[in-house]
Amino acid sequence: MSTNDFLLKTVNIQKRFGGIVATRNVSLEIMNGEVHALIGPNGAGKTTLIAQLSGLLVPDSGQIFFGSRDISRLSLSDRVKIGLARSYQITSIFRSFSVLNNIALAVQARKGSSYSFWEPVVSDSELFEEAFAYVKEIGLAQRSEVIAGQLSHGEQRQLEVGLALATMPRLLLLDEPMAGMGPEESENLVTLIAKVRERVTVLLVEHDMDAVFRLADRVSVLVNGELIATEVPDLIRSSEEVKRAYLGNDTAT
Amino acid sequence: MIDQPRRAVILLAFFVIAILFPYLMRVCGQEYFIGLASRMLIYGIAATSLNFILGYGGMVSFGHAAFLGVGAYVAAILVVSGWSSALLAWPVAMVVSAAVAFLIGLITLRTKGVYFIMITLAFAQMLYYVTISMKAYGGEEGLNVPRPSIPWLNLESDTEFYYVAFVLVCAIIYLMHRVINARFGRVLMAISENEVRMQALGYKTMHYKLIAFVLAGTIAGLAGALLAAQNSFVNPSIMHWTSSGLLLFMVILGGVRSKYGGLIGAIAFLGLEDFAVNIQIDWLANWYPSYSQHAMLLVGLVLLIVVLFSPRGIVGFFANRGGHVHE
Repeated sequence: MSTNDFLLKTVNIQKRFGGIVATRNVSLEIMNGEVHALIGPNGAGKTTLIAQLSGLLVPDSGQIFFGSRDISRLSLSDRVKIGLARSYQITSIFRSFSVLNNIALAVQARKGSSYSFWEPVVSDSELFEEAFAYVKEIGLAQRSEVIAGQLSHGEQRQLEVGLALATMPRLLLLDEPMAGMGPEESENLVTLIAKVRERVTVLLVEHDMDAVFRLADRVSVLVNGELIATEVPDLIRSSEEVKRAYLGNDTAT
Repeated sequence: MIDQPRRAVILLAFFVIAILFPYLMRVCGQEYFIGLASRMLIYGIAATSLNFILGYGGMVSFGHAAFLGVGAYVAAILVVSGWSSALLAWPVAMVVSAAVAFLIGLITLRTKGVYFIMITLAFAQMLYYVTISMKAYGGEEGLNVPRPSIPWLNLESDTEFYYVAFVLVCAIIYLMHRVINARFGRVLMAISENEVRMQALGYKTMHYKLIAFVLAGTIAGLAGALLAAQNSFVNPSIMHWTSSGLLLFMVILGGVRSKYGGLIGAIAFLGLEDFAVNIQIDWLANWYPSYSQHAMLLVGLVLLIVVLFSPRGIVGFFANRGGHVHE
């Protein structure tokens, strides 16, 4: 596959909740190797769209392709297996497990069998060595034995991204990874994303415009469930339509 | 948790007492208690299996006695039909219980929370009425069944039966210990904590839950087969909903998500029940002669106190107050 090929493509997907159209005829293409940002005001349907891409929700109509494969009906766990992983806007980690054990769960999911009923997992050094490499990468090496529920908010957000990363995806869906982070923590995460983009394609949903414009190759704008533009960052910044719909009254967030 | 040396001492003491128990009882002329102790161990097996799915898998089954009943009936029917070897009757009881657990799990595990509690209860009640309708095997009256035989052992002897139950309960607790600390157990605990996230890591969570459910059902089936042999009798009440409640009671009393919680709960519950029913308390009898009919009030009171003061059960009384979750 050359870099000009798309990795993920949606064709006219649509999702309704009762009378509300949360996703309206969205056709989105994410190219191999790019960082693609998805922005839009609160309630635009970004999380609903991510939920359909990751397999948590099934679109009412339309199709989703991953590479050349139609994955519209594939389950959440099966999509992870073929290389489509996500992080959550609302932190979703294993709070009673240590940081290292959190990541080990993600590594274990793709390495060897989890249908092992006899050998103690603690002696599984290969598993934990690989897991620790990810813990280091997300900047939590000093905190690897800490129970995840006791981490600071920013650290939990880092672990959230780490969980998705450790599944070794080809496409990483990051749903507002910087939500609630301080400036310094955001900076760490921007650095991390800039580093992993070397090996992973990224769809970044984010309100932090500074991060979006620094990281993204292309930006898509979602308003009221509808995709109104997909352009390079400079054009998005200067587009009147985007400004009107979104940036004009919402930049402060 | 209790520190290692103290834990080892407690375990060793339990082993010594358990091994010498039949001998001590015979010396004291209290053979009755050997049978009671066997029942404690057998219920300990059943409660341990429930604790496995409840404590580690987050599946609050209110129908676990269904598997106890299936195991008991299958073993009993085999024995009365002439297949009197325990080495045949008990494994077959386990296999059938596993199959029933697979079918029930396939349906019930699609639900969560209160719905799971109610639907497991409903399945157990269905099986309860099935056994009532089995007129050929005693229907509501139940079925007398001789104890099966094992080569080189005499299961008719309460003492030898006790040792068989003791070996099996140790084996089951060790098996659970290995499974919980293996990859599978880790996955199961993570699913009980955050199932959707496990799916988002690529786990087919339904498979893991179903395997755990079947494993627990299989072990409960073994306990049922043992129970039928120990009582030399089986009737439908073994899978009545109160029997499922009893198992839940034992797990909560002993300690949810603890290796020994099921066994400790079974010993405490049956001991307490026996005490309340059989011990003559003179001053109470003078005041209210028929008090022993309401003996279960005492048992209820104890559960209330344990739940209020030690949410982690009897095990919790001995554990540190620290926030450690996993064993």
